[in-house]
Amino acid sequence: MRSRTRLLASTLVIASLALGACGDDDAPKTSAGTVTVFAAASLTAAFTEIGDAFMTEYPDAEVVFNFAASSELVTQIGEGAPADVFASADQNNMTKLTDAGGSATEPALFARNLLQIIVGPGNPTGITGVADLADEDLIVVTCAPEVPCGKYAAEIFANAGVTVTPKSLEENVKAVVSKVTLGEADAGIVYRTDVIAAGSDAAGVEIPEDINVVAEYPVAVTKDAPNADGAQAFIDFVLSEQGRKILDSYGFLAP
Amino acid sequence: MLALAGIAIAFFALPLVGLLWRAPWSNAWGYLTDHDALTALRLSIVCSLWATALSVVFGVPLAWVLARVEFPGRTVVRALCTLSMVLPPVVGGVALFFALGRRGLVGQYLDRWFDIRLPFTTAGVVVAQTFVAMPFLVITVEAALRQLDQRVEDAARTLGASRWYTFRRVTLPAVRPALVAGAVLSWARALGEFGATITFAGNFPGTTQTMPLAVYLSLETNPEEAIVLALVLIAISFAVLVGLRDRWFGARTAVAA
Repeated sequence: MRSRTRLLASTLVIASLALGACGDDDAPKTSAGTVTVFAAASLTAAFTEIGDAFMTEYPDAEVVFNFAASSELVTQIGEGAPADVFASADQNNMTKLTDAGGSATEPALFARNLLQIIVGPGNPTGITGVADLADEDLIVVTCAPEVPCGKYAAEIFANAGVTVTPKSLEENVKAVVSKVTLGEADAGIVYRTDVIAAGSDAAGVEIPEDINVVAEYPVAVTKDAPNADGAQAFIDFVLSEQGRKILDSYGFLAP
Repeated sequence: MLALAGIAIAFFALPLVGLLWRAPWSNAWGYLTDHDALTALRLSIVCSLWATALSVVFGVPLAWVLARVEFPGRTVVRALCTLSMVLPPVVGGVALFFALGRRGLVGQYLDRWFDIRLPFTTAGVVVAQTFVAMPFLVITVEAALRQLDQRVEDAARTLGASRWYTFRRVTLPAVRPALVAGAVLSWARALGEFGATITFAGNFPGTTQTMPLAVYLSLETNPEEAIVLALVLIAISFAVLVGLRDRWFGARTAVAA
C-alpha cells in the first residue's frame, strides 16, 4: 500500500514535471537522462521543486523520486532498488550506505534542519517549550526511535532534562504532522521545515539552540547508479545557488 | 491447469522460503525472548481475538439482515459494509479519526460526555482491526445464508419455533462451516493489520504496538530482528489456518451427512 502510494506520487511528480518543462525555450544543457532520486520524506516538497527546476535546466532529463524514511531507503538500496541518488535526513543512514560500499561518491552536505515543537493552529494548549511536553494530560507524539526524527526527539528531551511519555511513536515525521493537524495529538517534535509545510494547519514553537539538534542532510551518487552522470548533474544542481534558494524557501538552513 | 496451479503455489511459497533463507537462525532466540517482541506478540493475539469476537457478534446479525431481510437500498448497505476491504487501510485509519477521533463526528461526544478516547489506546487497535476484518466474516456468512434452503427455516417456523430459536437451532448450525471460515479470515486479517492500526491507534510498545508494527519498525534498524518477528507471526497464523481448516472440513461433511 505504501509503495503503491509512492509509485502514484512519483507518477504524479513526473507528470507535473513533464508539464512544467513544456514551453521552455532556455538553451538545453547536456543530456541528463532519467535520474532516480531516493530522498528522505522531509525533503518531499523541496526536492519536488528542485526536480522541476532541474528539468527546466535539462529539458531532456526526467527526475523520478522515491520519498520515504531514510532508513527505509537504505534498506531498499541495499536490496538492489535502482537508485541513482540518495539524499538522507541524517549522517547515520548515509554512513550505513557508505559502510556497505553503496555509494560511489563522497557524500556532500547540502542542507541542515532544526527541530521544532508542532502544535495546533494558534497553539491552543499554550505550549511554550519542551518542558511543557512533560505534562501527562497532553497528547504528545514523536517519531519512533528507529527513524532519525525520533532519535533527535529523544536527544532533545535528554538535553532539556525532561521526561516525556509520547502516546505514540510514529513511523515517519509526516505521520506526526498529520496527527497534530488532524487535532488528535496536542504536540509533536518535527522538523522546522515540516511546520512551514503544514502552513495554516499547524503552528511551531521554537526549541532553543542549546538543547536543539541539528539534522544534517548528505547526498551521494549510489554505487550501482544506472545513470551516474545524471546523478552527479542532479547533485551539482542541488548544491548550486538555484538549489540552495529553493531549499531556503522551504526552511532548510545552509550546510 | 496443474502447471498454473504450480506457479500459484510457488508464488506464495517463494517469499516465505526467502524469509527462511535470510533468517538469522543463530540469533533468533535472543530476538524472540526480547521483552518488546513478546509484548507486541501478546498484544497482537489479544487484539486480534477481540476483533474476531466483535466481528462475530455484530457481523453475523448483519449478514443475516443482508441475506434475509428485504429492504430498499440493501445493495448499497452491503457495499457500504464491505467498503473497508478495498479501502487503503491508511485511509481507513484517517476515516476512523473523522468518525471516532477526538474531533470526530461521534468521537467528540465520546470524549466530552463519557471521557472515552479511542486513538492511541488498545481499544483503538481493536476498533481499527475490527473495521478492516469484519467484512470478511459478513461476506462469507451471508453467502452461506443465501445458499441455505430457506424452506428448512420455514418448516421450523411452521412447527412453532420462534425466530430466535430457528436461527439458533436451525440456521446457525447449518452455516457453521462458513461462520468458522469467516471468523478465521477475519482473525487472520486482524492479526496482519498494519495501516489502519498505525494511523488510528498509533504505535506505542505495550499499548498499541502490534507485531506487524514492530516488524515494520525493526526493519528500519534491525532487519534480522524483523525477519524473526515476521516468521513468528507467520508460524502462528499457519498453525491456526492448518488446524482449523481440518475442523472446518469435518464440520462440512457432518452437515452434508
